[in-house]
Parts: sequence; C-alpha cells; structure tokens
Amino acid sequence: MVTQKMNIMVCGGTGCKSSNSELIVTELRRELQENGLADEVQVVQTGCFGFCEKGPVVKILPDNTFYVTVTPEDAHEIIAEHIIKGRKVHRLLFKDPVTEEYINDSKGMNFYKKQLRIALRNCGFINPENIDEAIARDGYAALAKCLTEYTPAEVVDIIKKSGLRGRGGGGFPTGLKWEITAKVKADQKYVICNADEGDPGAFMDRSILEGDPHSVIEAMAINGYCTGSNKGLVYIRAEYPLAIERLKIAINQAHESGLLGKDILGTGFDFDIELRYGAGAFVCGEETALIHSMEGKRGEPTFKPPFPSEEGYLGKPSNVNNVETYANISPIILKGSDWFSSIGTEKSKGTKVFALAGNVNNVGLVEVPMGTTLREVIFEIGGGIRNGKKFKAVQTGGPSGGCLTVKHLDLPIDYDNLIASGSMMGSGGMIVVDEDTCMVSLAKFYLDFTVEESCGKCSPCRIGNKRMSEILETITKGKGTPEDLDRLRNLGEVIKDTSLCGLGQTSPNPVLSTMANFMNEYEAHVIDHKCPAGKCRDLMTYRIEAENCVGCTACARVCPVSAISGERKEVHTIDTSICIKCGACMEKCKFNAVFVS
Amino acid sequence: MTKVKTLADLKKLREDLQEKIRLRESGEHPESLVQVKVAMATCGIASGAKDVMTFFMEELEKRGIDAVVTQTGCMGYCYAEPTVEITLPGQSPLVFGFVNSRKADEIIEKYIKKGELVDGIIPVTYQSINDNQKEG
Repeated sequence: MVTQKMNIMVCGGTGCKSSNSELIVTELRRELQENGLADEVQVVQTGCFGFCEKGPVVKILPDNTFYVTVTPEDAHEIIAEHIIKGRKVHRLLFKDPVTEEYINDSKGMNFYKKQLRIALRNCGFINPENIDEAIARDGYAALAKCLTEYTPAEVVDIIKKSGLRGRGGGGFPTGLKWEITAKVKADQKYVICNADEGDPGAFMDRSILEGDPHSVIEAMAINGYCTGSNKGLVYIRAEYPLAIERLKIAINQAHESGLLGKDILGTGFDFDIELRYGAGAFVCGEETALIHSMEGKRGEPTFKPPFPSEEGYLGKPSNVNNVETYANISPIILKGSDWFSSIGTEKSKGTKVFALAGNVNNVGLVEVPMGTTLREVIFEIGGGIRNGKKFKAVQTGGPSGGCLTVKHLDLPIDYDNLIASGSMMGSGGMIVVDEDTCMVSLAKFYLDFTVEESCGKCSPCRIGNKRMSEILETITKGKGTPEDLDRLRNLGEVIKDTSLCGLGQTSPNPVLSTMANFMNEYEAHVIDHKCPAGKCRDLMTYRIEAENCVGCTACARVCPVSAISGERKEVHTIDTSICIKCGACMEKCKFNAVFVS
Repeated sequence: MTKVKTLADLKKLREDLQEKIRLRESGEHPESLVQVKVAMATCGIASGAKDVMTFFMEELEKRGIDAVVTQTGCMGYCYAEPTVEITLPGQSPLVFGFVNSRKADEIIEKYIKKGELVDGIIPVTYQSINDNQKEG
C-alpha cells in the first residue's frame, strides 16, 4: 500500500515524446484515477533524461526505479505492481550491458556519469556577481596554496604533470608554455587571457566568464606567480557585454577583498588585471594577431617564432591561454596532477566543454571526459537528432574543423583522434546536421565565414579562399563541372600548405573533409546537376501533381510572383520560368500536391 | 567587504561562508528559506530570464513566502531556457526548464507551497567535482 507520497516522472524530451511518452502519462493517470490514487501519486513530465536510446523512460520517486522502453500498455502493470503492491516490474528495469544485471536504483547507472564538470564546476551554481559564493566553493584557495606552499617551479611542474593542453584549439601543453614564459628573463611579463571566442556556435568561454569569472582571475594570478608577472590582461570581444560586466565586477570585488592588488595574502606577491576589448575579428583569436590588436595595431598574425612566451605584448614575454584552460587550473592545484591525469585518454587529459548545436534535441553546453565518443555526446547527452531525422554529419572545430560522419560516431574524442580523422578539437563547437542538409552548401557556409574573416595578409588565404568560394557558388547553382572538383581540391591543399597562420592553414578543412566524406553529393551537383538534399535552390523545380491537386487556388493566391495558374476546381500548374522557388506554395498546400525535385 | 590579508583569513572566511551557504542550502530550520536560482547568462536573459526572476522576487514576497532569489550562470540546458533551480529546505535542488511567468506561478503554488512536482523538471545528467563538497 502507499505509505508515502510517490511521484512518477515520465520523460517528455523530444526523443521519448516521439515514441509515445505522452500517451504513457495519460494511461498512468487513468490507472491512478481508477485505483483512487490520483491524489496520492503524481505523474510528472520531465525534460530529457539523456537516455533516449532506451526511451521512453519512466522514473519512480522516491525509490529511484528507472524503467526503460516503456509502452502505454505497461502503465497498468506499473501501477498495479509497483505503486500498489510495491513490487518492481522486473522486465522494464534497465539491464547493464556489461554485467547483464538488472539495475534497481538509477544511482547505480553509468550513463548519469557521462558528463563531468570541472571547468563548468561553478557555472549555474554560484552567483557570479558575489565573490563570497566563489570563495565558499574553494575560490582563491588554489592561489593561496600556490603562494604559501609551492615555489613557482613546483606549480609549473604540477600543471605539466597534469597533462593539461590548451583548450582554445591548438592543444599545446599548458605546463610547457608556462615553463617557457617563466624561463625567459625580462623586466616585465604579461599574463594574457584569450577570451576572443570566435567560432560560430561556440559559447563555452562566454558561459564561464558569465558564470564563474573568479576561476579565470584566480588562474591568471597563479600564472603570474609562476612566470614572474604582475600584470594580467583579458582580451575579450566587445560583443560579450554581460561577460565584460561580470568580469569587471569580479575584478573589483577581488580587489576589495585583497585577492588582487598589492601584497596578496601578505605574501608580497602583487597582481592586477585589466581588460582589453576586441572588435570581434575571428583572426584575433590567433595569439600573435591578438597581441597586435591589444597593442593598437592591425589584428594580423605574424610569424612564429618568436613565440609570445618569448616576445609578446609590447615585446615582452606573454603567456597566452584560453578561458577554458584557465578554468581548469584551480582544481588541478587543489586536487593534484594525478587526479587530473587519471581523467581522459593517454595524450588528452581532463575534460572538454562542447557547445552542442544544430539539429540536435538538447542544444546546450556539455562537459565530458576526453575519450567520450561522438555517439555518446550526440545521442545520449544530446538526445539524438531533432524531428526523428537521421544523423548525417557533425562539424567539430568550427570553420577550421571538418565534418565527421556516421563512421566516426564511435571515435573517442581527443585532440589526436580528431586530427587523424580530418577534423580538429578547435574551441569545442559541435554542430550536428541531419539528413536534410546539403554538404556542399554547408562547406560553402563555413568557407564564406573564413573569406569574410581573413585578415588579407597572405595571398593564398585572401585570394585562394575567395576563388574556392566562387567555385562552390558555381556548383550550388548547377553550373559546376567535374573539373571544378579537382580545382577545389588542389586549391585547398595549396592554401593549407602556404598560409601563415592557423586561420589560413585550416580554412579549406570544411571543403576538403566534406569532399572526402560526401564525394557523392559533390558529384551529384556537378554531373547530374542535382542536390540530393534538395537544398540548393537553383537545382530545384517545383511542380504540382495533377492527381492530388483539387484546384483550391490556395497556392496561386500565396505565390508572390504569380507563377501559378489554373481555374477553380481544376488542376493548377507552375510556370517554372517565373517561379522563384520560395516554397510558399508547398507550405500552403493542404493536399500534398506540390512536389520539389 | 572584508579584506583578506593572510592565508588564515582566507581559510576562515571560506569556512564562515561555507557555513552560511550550507545553512541556506540544507536549512537547519525546516521552515527556513526556499532558494530560487535563475540561470542568467546572455542566453538565459535573451529568452526571458530577467522577467522570470523579477516575477519570482515580486510574487514570493506578495505571497508571503520566505525565499532567497539569486542569479547564477549558465546551467548548460540551453534548449530549455529560461531555467530555474528551486531548493526547498532540506531537499535536493530541482531544475525546471522553459519557465515563463505562468510556469513560475505554477511552481510557486504547487511545488514551493505544497511540495507537489510539476511538469518540466530537468533531470540532472552530470556529475560535478563540487558534488562531494555539496554532500559534505
């Protein structure tokens, strides 16, 4: 019998909804009503549990029973057995694929542990505008530990041993960078935070600065202690007003508390931070361009070496790290390098934050240990593809990255695996596309972004990318030839080899990787002059199927260019020479009579 | 603001603050405060989190409920913004997604007042390195 109040949680995520979870709710409520339990037990619809593979999912509280692949017909048994008699419905329990044991309590399930938040540890927990909450959650404890217990060289050693690599994209070992900066002798050094997050779709740096600015300030001070610098600079894009405001508040509060400024914690260590604003140029995320921009010069990259660690801002040694990299520092100091290096893969340690976007159900920020597979991120955490469509590809690393496909889904994500499969980690943008996406257009979208953002210094990038974009334009217009594909590939390889900075060297990646993985789509465009996904407007024709058309005139009335003619109650026709392919007729037609090919 | 001059100061301050927050979170007195956290990153604000926060502040006071309403950063559930985390005294926090003023009203009337769950709960799908601290 019911002794305490129970709750039945039914997943209302898109994945479970599409497999009838709403009907399960109705059935459960009906069963409860019939048994006079409607007031005692509540049925609640929840957001996605992230276990869509085994959906619909039903969870019973307070005993944490987790039922998987539940059907509306199971409602009766759940109520009759579990709720009334207190016996779990064994056959609906989740069976662990490895141990083959049925799991009674969802706390014993592994999939809950897919995400581990290190960099995002305080995001969404503390009030970012109140330093007290940060301090209560160990804020500045790592700085204090460094200043009082370790020598600068010991701290560098901890970071080196942790295996932390730069989270901005390149994956350069952070400890090594710190060591190089520390070893250079100079009267002034700078600690720079790269908050010029420019990848379309990536927003983890903004979220960290908006949610936990103190983690970055603290880590910059630790870096200052290691490298012998008392001056920190945050290069942040002016398009992030809230992040700037919260960072300013945090810096002020740290000052007032004496955790920035002169003689921090009575140790004689001075450190201060200032902000520098960027105007949102993508290339300024490249460290040498970033430094030039801070100096008031044009944001153009220059040749390395000398590296900024040797000769950076105003010619002085400067340690440039990305926001997410800094956010990892304090936990490493407090929990030790062994703890950190126990997470992740052999050469990529710790976690990575991804901004999951595109045609995926649970768009959001996810932080997973390195080595998690794309499948786990997209299908389990991301809840699968929207509207029940099929997965086609995922673009990682933004415009500098590449497209990965179905065959890469079980690839453990780390720096080296992504590069080996023709993409890259980048800053962690992850854009998922479904079967309705034209890969040629997608490649063109990214390429157009780099054409816009190229600083213009090197001709391969400035002129070459422009030419590639023009060739892609011709192809999507249906005027491409098979020779265009060779030209694209050659051009792409030359640009890769001959550009100075990362932007140019990686800009052809979206084109080259889509060519490698979706050659059939390129061929369809240039040989058959067809777009398999039906997205390239110039390759489409709209027509009305005589069988389905009832002559309601709805399409003719909505056509903006009067391309549709026909009498009432008679079959209509589209004049393709006038049609601008806007698709309005197709949307309006209630009889599925308008087709596109 | 108190000046932190030494390591001992920082440790003491941290303990005091932890105690303060622990009191607020676990509630020594069961009748004590309800805690409402609104995810207020740019994305949350863009989808209406500010209005939701104002609603909670005004309505909780009007309806005579003792509560602390604070802002916080991005919770990561961008698909379900605005998101709000409610902690009833002595209970573990619950996150609600797609909160507008109507949903907020339902949350206040049903969950905060009576402890009844309402639709739209977002299950926790991650672990954080701060979890131990929360329990401890």
